[in-house]
Amino acid sequence: MKAVITVTGKDGVGIIAQVATECAACDANIMDISQSVLEDYFAMIMLADIDKLNVDFSEFVDRLAALGRGRGLEIHTMHEDIFNTMHHI
Amino acid sequence: MLDTRDILETIQMIRQENLDIRTITMGISLYDCVSDDEDRLCQKIYDKITTRAEHLVETGCDIEKKYGIPIVNKRISVTPVSLVGGALSPDGYLKLAHTLQRAAENVGVNFIGGYSALVHKGMTDSARNLISVIPEALAETSLVCSSVNVATTKAGINMDAIRLMGSAIKRAAALTADNNSIGCAKLVVFANVPEDNPFMAGAFHGVGEPETVINVGVSGPGVVSSAIARAGDCDLTAIAELIKVTAFKITRVGQLVATEAANRLGVPFGIIDLSLAPTPAIGDSVAHILENMGLEVCGAHGTTAALAMLNDAVKKGGVMASNHVGGLSGAFIPVSEDAGMIAAVEKGALSIEKLEAMTAVCSVGLDMIAIPGDTPEEVICGIIADEISIGVANTKTTAVRVIPAVGKKVGDSVDFGGLLGYAPIMPLNTYSPAKFINRGGRIPAPIHSLKN
Repeated sequence: MKAVITVTGKDGVGIIAQVATECAACDANIMDISQSVLEDYFAMIMLADIDKLNVDFSEFVDRLAALGRGRGLEIHTMHEDIFNTMHHI
Repeated sequence: MLDTRDILETIQMIRQENLDIRTITMGISLYDCVSDDEDRLCQKIYDKITTRAEHLVETGCDIEKKYGIPIVNKRISVTPVSLVGGALSPDGYLKLAHTLQRAAENVGVNFIGGYSALVHKGMTDSARNLISVIPEALAETSLVCSSVNVATTKAGINMDAIRLMGSAIKRAAALTADNNSIGCAKLVVFANVPEDNPFMAGAFHGVGEPETVINVGVSGPGVVSSAIARAGDCDLTAIAELIKVTAFKITRVGQLVATEAANRLGVPFGIIDLSLAPTPAIGDSVAHILENMGLEVCGAHGTTAALAMLNDAVKKGGVMASNHVGGLSGAFIPVSEDAGMIAAVEKGALSIEKLEAMTAVCSVGLDMIAIPGDTPEEVICGIIADEISIGVANTKTTAVRVIPAVGKKVGDSVDFGGLLGYAPIMPLNTYSPAKFINRGGRIPAPIHSLKN
């Protein structure tokens, strides 16, 4: 199972590092990252394997969201099934 | 493999275009609660609801978090209580309403439906006792919703029942006069009522339903509206196709959530209700979809055609996305719950007569319409009879949820708050149908050949 983590907001030093550190702390394995910066607007989509997550998925969601709030970023974590269901037959 | 564009599209639908799951509704049968003792009946009903739905709200919240999509309402529908009340007196039925209220509060749902009766052909003493206290029940509780089916295509129209409902609506308005007559917002009069509808105020757990079931209502007018706005100048064939594709995606999410909720709760999945259910929020309006299709204002000539196309395309797209489709399934056109409808009424572009025509081609009926508080009972009965006739003649569900707001007249408005929104008072044709209504009796079922 995978989670899609989206991060948006004002660019700054160490965003990816902080998100990655939180993922590592929860045993979520990062599989892919796509990121872009437009002027000073940062946007990233991260795909993480959550099979071995050491916390509840909902706690994982909350921890990343809290990390985002602390830096003025929006971090949303969603189970991959919603994207697969909506876009693939 | 996940595609970045797909991910961004989904996130945009949820964050900017108000895509949500409107409701997870657990249907619960009350047949095994039947008792000849009033207190025992109420206790068994309370126990069954609070046991079966114990984890409903928390499960809904967990799924909401997992998929990152809001699940706005978690609700319960029960067997129409007039079918399990037996020999309950009117006071007994009132006590039952309070039981439902306490059970709903206990499990944390925001509405419970099924304070209902099916009287399309005739009325049992039990149904009559229930109907006699619906206004009091709605005034004394906040979470209990009531519906009465007064007609079917096969049975015809029970005009005696319509007369009772006109009176019940007026009394419900009077009893909740200090709160904008909100009692009427929890009371629906139906023709051809569906037995698996997850939406309030008309939800109940039908007679052919299993012990417990999960039904899900999807929404997403904002998503459809934005897709049409982005499409630019294309013809109506292309617009219909776009609506189908969008409805498919919306419904797939509903199916995902419904399946997961049913599995987690150990309850069978019933149906997905393919509905475009608006809210008063900006960007969540069915009227704005019609306007994006090219109408200057909702209510202009052409509105019925646009709505018919929208309704049909939503069903065509949604049906393929779900295992089982049911409930009301179609575009809802409540006035107070739709910012575009409210604006159209305020501009004078949308009349109750046009709304009536629109209900012939879409889901439900005259919904959340505020009318002058001094509207005579017979005029309300006339409104109901007209709307119900459209359903009966066209073999579809129609319904009436009007609010004769006490002390209000045309030019005023009423604010119900939350999802119920606010509504300008709409003018009515005030010529009297009293003699016609007071004849009572039944309008026979319509013929199904010689169609014209």
